Amino acid sequence: MKFQKKISSTTQGIPMSSLPDIIFMLLIFFMVTTVLREVDVQVQYSLPEAVSVEKIDNKRLLSYIWIGSDERIQIDDSIIPVGSISNIAYQKRMNNPNVIMSLRIDKGSRMGIVSDVQQELRRADALRINYSALVKL
Amino acid sequence: MFRKKKRPMAEISSSGMADIAFLLLLFFLVTTTIDVDTGIDLVLPPWVDNAEQVAVKSDNIANLLVNEVGDVLLDEKIIGVPQIKEEMIARIKANPKLIISYKTVRDTPYKIYIDVMDQLKMAYEALRQEYSREKFGLPMDQVNEEQLQEIRRTIPQRISLAEPTQAEA
Repeated sequence: MKFQKKISSTTQGIPMSSLPDIIFMLLIFFMVTTVLREVDVQVQYSLPEAVSVEKIDNKRLLSYIWIGSDERIQIDDSIIPVGSISNIAYQKRMNNPNVIMSLRIDKGSRMGIVSDVQQELRRADALRINYSALVKL
Repeated sequence: MFRKKKRPMAEISSSGMADIAFLLLLFFLVTTTIDVDTGIDLVLPPWVDNAEQVAVKSDNIANLLVNEVGDVLLDEKIIGVPQIKEEMIARIKANPKLIISYKTVRDTPYKIYIDVMDQLKMAYEALRQEYSREKFGLPMDQVNEEQLQEIRRTIPQRISLAEPTQAEA
């Protein structure tokens, strides 16, 4: 008597026809989850350089304040007067108590305006700040 | 009677689709730049309505003054910006309780302010690094979180920001 190995009639193998769909899904997932929140910066600035700079690990905590070379101040998408910084900063702190205000200040600015901004931030109790600076090589 | 001739369905070969999708994915992966924000961290003092004057022994204060053209005065003596680091290291070693009172005028350029702040930060960084090596035998980026906290506690950054004054005309 001959023993014969049973061979199943179905073909083995993973169907490859849905592979593009899976990859498209991945692509779309990444495209959707990527946050492209690019704020139009309306002021001109060039950052100062420093040696002892630290990297900011948590970008979600950051909130930016720009001060341009013409001493205009921008937060989010609008140019604002100095006096309204404290209100905005207070709102930001309400939403996120650990907010770090990143000050992107033109290196030619005067300390007067920088100090005014800092006083406003103190008033709003947003005390963690970061002077944005480039790494000096 | 007319009968439509049956034709085989036109087909697009879909085997290349996966490759196209892969190419797109790779393109986005490669072109996305994640720029890291760098800067100098600082914690502002809390706002108080009636600033309480706290008397500090004058021995424990280093007065750092910067004028509108960027000359730096350290305790009434003029000092070059690159020398601040070494000077401060020596002073903090001599007196660990030293508070640096950093004052500018309203017309001081921000660049000079950052340069001086950078020097102060570098001085503290060097001191912490030294402490870390002495105490734990490791550079600061290799110690654990607890040790890092201890280093920060032992050598706190005592920088007092005074409000800029109007330059005298």
